[in-house]
Amino acid sequence: MGLLRYAFTRVLLTLPMVLILLTVVFLVLHVMPGNPVLVILGGRNVPVALIHQYEHRLGFDQPIYVQYARYLWGVAHGNLGESFSSGMSVTSQIALHLPATLELSFSGLFIAGLIGVSTGVWAALRQGGFVDQLLRFTHIGTYAIPIFWSGLMLQMVFGIFLKWLPTGLQLNPVSAAFFQPITGFVVLDAVLRGQWALLGQALEHLLLPAFTLGLALSGLVGRVTRAALIEVLDLDYVRTARAKGLPARAMVLKHALRNALIPIITVVGIQFAILMGGAVLTEAVFSWPGIGSFLLQSIKARDFNAIQGTVVVIAVLIASVNLIVDLCYALVDPRVRFS
Amino acid sequence: MTEPVNGSRVAVAPLAAWLGRRRVLVAGIVLIGIVALLTVAAPLFAPYSPTAPGADRLAAPGAAHWMGTDQLRRDVLSRVIYGGRIPLEVAFTSTLLSLFLGATLGWTSGYAGGRLDRILSLVMDALYSFPALILAITIVAMLGPGVLNMVAAIAIVYIPTYFRVARGQTLKVREEAYVEAARALGARGVRMLRFHIAPNTLNALMAIVSFNIADAILTEAGLAFLGFGLPPPTPDWGFDIQNGQAFLQSGYWWLITFPGIAIVVTSLGFNLLGEGIGEAVGPQS
Repeated sequence: MGLLRYAFTRVLLTLPMVLILLTVVFLVLHVMPGNPVLVILGGRNVPVALIHQYEHRLGFDQPIYVQYARYLWGVAHGNLGESFSSGMSVTSQIALHLPATLELSFSGLFIAGLIGVSTGVWAALRQGGFVDQLLRFTHIGTYAIPIFWSGLMLQMVFGIFLKWLPTGLQLNPVSAAFFQPITGFVVLDAVLRGQWALLGQALEHLLLPAFTLGLALSGLVGRVTRAALIEVLDLDYVRTARAKGLPARAMVLKHALRNALIPIITVVGIQFAILMGGAVLTEAVFSWPGIGSFLLQSIKARDFNAIQGTVVVIAVLIASVNLIVDLCYALVDPRVRFS
Repeated sequence: MTEPVNGSRVAVAPLAAWLGRRRVLVAGIVLIGIVALLTVAAPLFAPYSPTAPGADRLAAPGAAHWMGTDQLRRDVLSRVIYGGRIPLEVAFTSTLLSLFLGATLGWTSGYAGGRLDRILSLVMDALYSFPALILAITIVAMLGPGVLNMVAAIAIVYIPTYFRVARGQTLKVREEAYVEAARALGARGVRMLRFHIAPNTLNALMAIVSFNIADAILTEAGLAFLGFGLPPPTPDWGFDIQNGQAFLQSGYWWLITFPGIAIVVTSLGFNLLGEGIGEAVGPQS
């Protein structure tokens, strides 16, 4: 199968997955017990006339399949409805918050890769030894730390006691007020505009949240790296390279790690969902203005359309990342396309 | 164990030696044991009431209050000891629920095959790919805060994990010779699943329960931290951390530090137990 044909098939396979996620979101929000209108109006003793008025305005008086069809139609056209609390379109509000989340997620992923791959390589080279045992325990330990707590602890130590780094937000309020976005990605925009002081400030604000998120995922990356590298180190070509007298470091970096990268990238791609879940908590701790914060605000404001829209965007985002990882995998390893 | 009674030396010595080689497993059991003891026998260990105010407001850790007091003059140590009750209750109940539902669906799907299997697998894969925490938040946001609603949300979120394992194992076991033998003897349908297939998938399912509990504890903590748990004054680690967050800027570190350590110790215990079980039944060493 050619790469293009594989890509096409893979895209077609993604569509039902997205559709199922959209349906689950719809079911959770429309069919589960609890009347959303009552939730919006926030009380038990609400006049029936008011309830009917709201139900009509939101289309909840329509049969469920009509609501479902309207919802899918809207999503397909990028229309996620109107936010109850602000009256703005949900799509544009999410577009406003999404860059902050992506910036945080990718920096978190980068840090997870940095810590995870280096400790994983180290553990693999000391297989069975003390360092390996210690790193194994550390890697397991990162699974056990609630991400909001590690965020708060880092905030406490580096932000409040040492005062080295800011404890929240993406920019300080004054800079944020004067900030003129190009792409919406603060770090990128600062570079594009050549505002180096702003770039420094953006990075300062990004460091703690990104490290919090990265740390949470680093254990997983570390363990996959260790396992993949140990497997590769046992293969014939690595043994040949070793027999030729290649120095250990060159061998690991040039031959072994490169081949171990494929499983690492695949696992990281699959774990993008964990990253998004972690991002919501990280954003809550650091007042980071991303879609996680937007989701929590919407839940507090009982902004039904905004909740639905945010979850839909996250679902589509995750499906796309899985798709991209799969395609990269197929690009690197032709065997995938034929199986 | 220093002076074994008649005959028990034979059993104890190899067990002790075996456990000596299973340090991860032992570490997990010890951590869980400590947490379970403190949680179950909380009234015996907690020096004060977890909800009644004492004398000092926001007192730093000291002789009278080992972990200090909070803004409502409650003893943090007592709240930490009692605070594990809700998380453990929620984690255990939801894990059992999702194990039961997920495994049943997985066995049925894997055994029946065909269209049902394809549709169920697709739905479960889609759910599996979605962030557990965000799905749980959305469900609890719709149901409203509370213990039962947290249990429901967390249980739903982990069903796909068990479904995948139960289904995969069923597909494997279905091809085994003893299943074929049972079929030749006339075993069909539910009887086949109940007596010949399901029991042989249990090992694989049990291996993930411990990890699942560890993860469920973190999810519960996350939900409680975001305010979807019980209303105050019920002690709950995640909720108490949220409470302490407001006082962090003023340097009251003990409000968030100790409940957090409790979560880490508990979750680590279940993670180590899971690792240890995997090591003990797994193929390598």
